Amino acid sequence: MEFNIYDFTSFTKWIDESLNAAMSPFWVMITEMAIIGVAILAFYALVGLFLVYAERKVCAFMQNRVGPNRVGPFGIFQTIADLLKLLMKELVYIKNADKLLFNIAPFIVITASFLAIAAIPFAKGLHAIDFNIGIFYVVAVSSLGVIGILLAGWSSNSKYSLIGAMRSGAQIVSYELSVGLSLITMVILSGSMQLSTIVEAQANGWFIFTGHIPAIIAFVIYMIAATAETNRGPFDLAEAESELTAGFHTEYSGIRFAFFFLAEYMNMFIVASIAATIFWGGWMPFHVPGWEGFNTVMDYIPPFIWYIGKTAVIIFIMMLFKWTFPRLRIDQLLTLEWKYLLPINLFNVVLMAFIVLMGWHW
Amino acid sequence: MESILGNQVMFIIFSAMIVMFSILTVTSRRILRAATFLLFVLLATAGLYFMLNYQFLAAVQITLYAGGIVVLIIFSILLTSHIDHKFDKVPAQKLIMGVIAAGGGIAISLMTLLSYNFTPSNQQPIDVDMKTIGKSLLSYGDNGYVLPFEVISVLLLAAMIAAIVIAKRKKV
Repeated sequence: MEFNIYDFTSFTKWIDESLNAAMSPFWVMITEMAIIGVAILAFYALVGLFLVYAERKVCAFMQNRVGPNRVGPFGIFQTIADLLKLLMKELVYIKNADKLLFNIAPFIVITASFLAIAAIPFAKGLHAIDFNIGIFYVVAVSSLGVIGILLAGWSSNSKYSLIGAMRSGAQIVSYELSVGLSLITMVILSGSMQLSTIVEAQANGWFIFTGHIPAIIAFVIYMIAATAETNRGPFDLAEAESELTAGFHTEYSGIRFAFFFLAEYMNMFIVASIAATIFWGGWMPFHVPGWEGFNTVMDYIPPFIWYIGKTAVIIFIMMLFKWTFPRLRIDQLLTLEWKYLLPINLFNVVLMAFIVLMGWHW
Repeated sequence: MESILGNQVMFIIFSAMIVMFSILTVTSRRILRAATFLLFVLLATAGLYFMLNYQFLAAVQITLYAGGIVVLIIFSILLTSHIDHKFDKVPAQKLIMGVIAAGGGIAISLMTLLSYNFTPSNQQPIDVDMKTIGKSLLSYGDNGYVLPFEVISVLLLAAMIAAIVIAKRKKV
C-alpha cells in the first residue's frame, strides 16, 4: 500500500481490498459504513470544537479584546472545558412539554447536518458519497434541519421558543430559494451536479474566475443567503438574545443544547465547504492557464490543505459578518430576500445561461 | 447472494418504518406528532428510492415532501394549534368502519400484487444525470415530458397569482 497525500484513491482502495480479503461483501459494506461514520463523527466533533474557539477569538479580535486565554496556550482548550461542563450539566425536563418531540428535535437538526457533510469532497479520493446529483442532495438534506428547529420551538411550550421557531422557519424557507438558485447558476456553468466532476472542471481556473460577472453575483448572493440559512448574525433573529432569551432552544439544557449549538456551527462549516467547492474549486489548487512553473509550485500544497484553507477563509468572512452588521428586523429580512435577492438571482440565472450558450465562459 | 442479503435487510428496515409510522400518523391524537411521523414515512420512502439507485427521485422526495410539504404543515400547525390540544377519541363505530376500509384497501392491493407475474428486467441501468433529466423534460418526442411540464407550470403560475391576490391587502 502506498500512502499518498496528494491522492487518497489508492489509500481507500487499499482499505477496501484488504477488507474484502478478510471477510464477505456484506460485512465489508457494514464495516466500511462504520469506518466512514466514525471518521466523520470524529471530524465533526473536532471541527465543532475548533469553530467555537475560532468564533470567540474572532469576536474578541473584532471587539479589541483578547478572548479565551486561560485554559492552555492561547486558551485553545477552553472549548474542551466548556464541552465537559455541558456534558455534566443536568438535563432539565419541562413539565408541560411534548416530551417525545422535545427529545427528538435536537437529533433531527444534527442528523440533517450529518447527512450533508457526507457528500462533501475533502480531497482527491476522500469523498464518502459521490452522487451524480451531489449538490441537489446537499440542498435537499440540509433543508431538513428546519423541521427540528420548528419542532423544538413548538414542543418546548414556551412563548420565546415558539416565536423564535416561527421566525427561523420563515427565514430558512425563504432563503433556501436563494441558495438553490445561486447554486443552479453555477450548475449551468459546470454542466453537472456531481461534486467530483465540478471540482475536476475547475482545474484550469476556479468558477468564480471563469464564470465572469454572473459567478461573482451568484457568490455574493450565496454568501448572504447561506449566512441567513444557518441562522447566524446579522440574520439571528431566531435567537435574538435581547428579545427572545435564546429563541427556539431557550428550554434546552446540557448536552441537548450542545447539539443545537454544534449543529449551528457545523451548518456554517457545510455551507462554507459548499461555497469553497462550487466557487473556489474545492481541493483543486490555484492554477493559472499558461503559467506552468506557478502551477507546479501550487500542486505541491496537498489538496486537503487547499480545501481546509478555502473553507476557513469563507468561515472567517461569515464570522466577520456576524460581528460587523446589526441584526435585521423580520420585515427587512423578508424584503431583502423577496424584493432584492430573488429577482437579481432569477436575472442572474438567465445571464449565466446566455454566457454559457455563447461559449464565453472559458 | 451477500449483497442481496444486505439489500433485503435495508428493505425490511425501510418498509417496517413506513408501515409503523404510517399507522402512528393516523392513530396519534396530537397533531404535531402526527406530522412528525408523516415526515419519517416520507424519509423512509426516500430511502427506498436511494436503494433503487434513483438518487434524483430520492432527493426530489426529500426536498418537496420532507423539506417542503411537511414544513408547510408544521408551520400551519404552529400558527393555529396549542400544545395542550388533543383530538377526541374516535367513536367505536367510526373506528370499526375505518379499520374495515383500510383492511379492504390492503386486501385489494395485496391480491393485485400477488397475482401479478413480475418478471425481472434485464435492461441495463441508465445513469440518470442532469442532462438526461433536462432533455427529457423539454423534449416533445418519445419519453418527452414537455406537455405535463408546461401544464403544471401554468397551473402553478395561476396558483401563485391567486395566492398573491388573496394575500394582498385591500386598499382602503
